[in-house]
Amino acid sequence: MKALKYLFALTIALAILLPLMMMVTLSLNPDKNDVLAIMGSWRSFVPTVFSLDNYAAVWSDPYHPFGRYLMNTTFITVTSIVLSVFANSAAAFSLAWGSGPHRKWVLGLIVAVLAVPGESIVLSQLKIVSVLGLIDTYAVQILPAIANAFFIYLFYQFFSKLPKELIEAARVDGLSLLRIYWHIGLPSSKPLIVTVSTLHFLGIWNSYLWPIMVTRGEDVRPLSVGMSAYFGSNLTSWGNVMAFAVCMAIPVMVFFLVVQRHFIASITGSSVKG
Amino acid sequence: MDRLTRKRRAAPSFLDSRGGRAGRSPALVALRSAMPELWMLLPALALLAVFVFVPFLLSFQFSFTNERLMPRPIPTRWLGLQNYERVLTDPEFWTAVRNTVYFAAVVIPVQLSLSLAAALLLNSKIKGLALFRSITILPLLMPITVVVTIWAALYRTPDGLLNSVYQQLFSTLSYIDWLGDPGVAMVSIIILSIWASFPFQMLIYLAGLQEIPRDRYEAAAIDGFGTWAAFRHVTLPGLRNTNVFVVVITTIGALSLFTQVNILTGGGPNGATLTIIQYMFSNGYSAQKIGFASAVGIIFFVTVASLSIAQRILLKNED
Repeated sequence: MKALKYLFALTIALAILLPLMMMVTLSLNPDKNDVLAIMGSWRSFVPTVFSLDNYAAVWSDPYHPFGRYLMNTTFITVTSIVLSVFANSAAAFSLAWGSGPHRKWVLGLIVAVLAVPGESIVLSQLKIVSVLGLIDTYAVQILPAIANAFFIYLFYQFFSKLPKELIEAARVDGLSLLRIYWHIGLPSSKPLIVTVSTLHFLGIWNSYLWPIMVTRGEDVRPLSVGMSAYFGSNLTSWGNVMAFAVCMAIPVMVFFLVVQRHFIASITGSSVKG
Repeated sequence: MDRLTRKRRAAPSFLDSRGGRAGRSPALVALRSAMPELWMLLPALALLAVFVFVPFLLSFQFSFTNERLMPRPIPTRWLGLQNYERVLTDPEFWTAVRNTVYFAAVVIPVQLSLSLAAALLLNSKIKGLALFRSITILPLLMPITVVVTIWAALYRTPDGLLNSVYQQLFSTLSYIDWLGDPGVAMVSIIILSIWASFPFQMLIYLAGLQEIPRDRYEAAAIDGFGTWAAFRHVTLPGLRNTNVFVVVITTIGALSLFTQVNILTGGGPNGATLTIIQYMFSNGYSAQKIGFASAVGIIFFVTVASLSIAQRILLKNED
């Protein structure tokens, strides 16, 4: 039984590691023909040459400006995460501790939106942004990513569990709802902010359907679309393609190292049952 | 930080509901005091309106017309249910449905068993657990386009790694056209999809396993339950809610299959990997038939929404 466990663990670990090692190994090999020759053998897992030529080629490719793509994705990620955290948490706090009679139906509307898969409305979204003249801009990639019914719902659940006495005491002190949110609500929700940012980050780095529809040229295109375009036009230069892939994976690794132990909590935090 | 806080607190706020002149009518007073909370709600709600509520309603409207992506001189016509009729009688649509259901029907049991098995392993006490966990979450750190690229290299025909393994195993010189053979292409998409996303369900299962009280296992051990019996009578019932949740999100994810297919095969060869979303995409975006493709979107929405509702009913029944 124990041996079986280890065998299973080893199989999974290898199945995950070998493809990743291949990506790194091929990316370090500058010889296009040698790369093709070793792709079918164990030599594609263990680097024997260490050259950064492919990386240099990726970074200086005039048709697929990696630096530009990276900057675009970084800008879109940072801007939309910051705006999303503020907009969604503020809305949630207002729904949790406001007093207006509208709260009930707004909350109902937000819960209803959770059942709408993004793909099913993507074409009308496309029609709207093209009528608004937003095609091929940063705005078209940032604005739709800010308000998120699921994030509002997560923040709402969190804020409604804050002790009532705390909020009432702040009210008696004469603080407005906005200030209670700013001084008490927002600081108390740090773990949730990490969760939401992590989910948002992964969402943007994995998004593909929306950016291929709303971007045309390299100027505002994100890395995901750049990656698939580069892959499509360098079908025989596997070393370069893998170098591109490594460069795209590194920022996600860095992000992971920053949030580290919160990462897993964030993933499972998305599974709030309800 | 503290000083900043005090300073801000001292400054008057235009959003402050207090201190204003008392309104004359009670409704006005009520509105006045509700203003700050409405301002806090407004940014998110306005964006949801523009990018979710309105598109949702428009999708319904478009699905009854011959709306195109680019404006054109001929006015848009109301078609009634014609789009739905055309979608439902299009053999290509049914190919897409069949492929998507096939994908889901394989991915759900295989991926979930794998995820659960890996989660059980992570929940048991074996050596090198921390290392194993770090390795298993690596695929989650690879953006899907990167995963697709890596697997395209592994699937290379005829001299990629998987073909070498195949040739060694069966000592043959023939090879498999992993992405070009209509009988194999979907299987290749399935393998890479499971590789890319099983750690997600694994982590959720792990969280579910850790919520099962230890004493239930102790009680089972006292009752003389073996490993398998304990799994059947303690673990599985304890995971009921987790299971419902995981099955639903995996199903929805599987039904939305698009990126891998779009990059690797574009739905080919011969429609073998055409999925519902890829079908919607090529009709709505590539062919610009927004009206027709919106009907596909609505059909997709109804399917997914019924699954979410089913989840809610299943979870409620438990208490």
